[in-house]
Amino acid sequence: MRRLAFALAVLSILSPLAAAAVDDPSEMLPDPRQEARAEAIGSQLRCLVCQNESIEDSSAGLARDLRHVVRQHVLKGETNRQVIDWMVGRYGNFIRLRPPLTVGTALLWAMPVLALLVGGIVAALSFRRRPAPAPLSDAERARLTDLTEAR
Amino acid sequence: MSGAAEGAGIARRRLLMAAPLAGAGLAGVAFWRMLSGMSRGSFDPHDIHAPVLNRPVPDFALPDQAPGQGFGAADLRALTAPVLVNFFASWCIPCVAEMPALNLLKARLPIWGIAYKDKPEDAAGFVRRAGNPYTRIASDLPGLTAIDWGVSGVPESYLIGPGGVIRWHNAAALDDGTIRDTLLPLAAGLRR
Repeated sequence: MRRLAFALAVLSILSPLAAAAVDDPSEMLPDPRQEARAEAIGSQLRCLVCQNESIEDSSAGLARDLRHVVRQHVLKGETNRQVIDWMVGRYGNFIRLRPPLTVGTALLWAMPVLALLVGGIVAALSFRRRPAPAPLSDAERARLTDLTEAR
Repeated sequence: MSGAAEGAGIARRRLLMAAPLAGAGLAGVAFWRMLSGMSRGSFDPHDIHAPVLNRPVPDFALPDQAPGQGFGAADLRALTAPVLVNFFASWCIPCVAEMPALNLLKARLPIWGIAYKDKPEDAAGFVRRAGNPYTRIASDLPGLTAIDWGVSGVPESYLIGPGGVIRWHNAAALDDGTIRDTLLPLAAGLRR
């Protein structure tokens, strides 16, 4: 319990530091609307160093450079789409935190449905009733009677 | 009659039993291949597959980095033989680790260096201490040229073919095995 309290105390001290990455005023664009757009774009781009943080959240040097590049492109009047395409041209779709629909990702998303479908087919095949056996011929019936009488 | 139907039933049941086993076996083989690839270094889950492959080098022109002469996209596009472009920095530990391999490589393949976000005096000292494997060295202090190349961290190496086309990319420190098994055969293929 005390350890948990200590961890929480450390976290509460560190979290403002982690958030400070984007709050450096010298990085921000003077126009608040452009700055908001740059932040919206940056929050969709993966920091390639930390890999699970957006470049807006990361304090890595590369993330700072990428934030700077995003802001320069926004200043040039490019659309969100154009800025993201520029990044994808250099780092591939990996840089997008929200992956686009491609054959690979479509297959990934469809996998639960496909698995259910294949499983259903396999189950249906195995549960399907086999056809009733053909009725006994006269000879077979006679032999059966023989066998049961003999016992 | 009933014997044949029963036989078919058993065959189908065996098939149904075998299907999940075969699936599990296949998954096992795939997993084993992935693991062995990771241990051999031919598969790296952290590798960011650069989309720059088989594209000409991006436009750039970089200043000199002592003790070498800087270069730009025009110099690489004028090439008639392959060259390795190596991004490095004095503050990067894996860059120190790959220097012995680069110093051996320089006799077989020219290496051009780009000092990434490194103070010129620090980069010069690094090259002086480690032995200089570079034919030419440029300085990318702002690190923006590296972004154009798709660099996500040093060291990264690119094999540039004739005409300045990027033919191979390695986002890790080069070692003797990678140089012998991958890089040199590729470079030999580009020379022909």
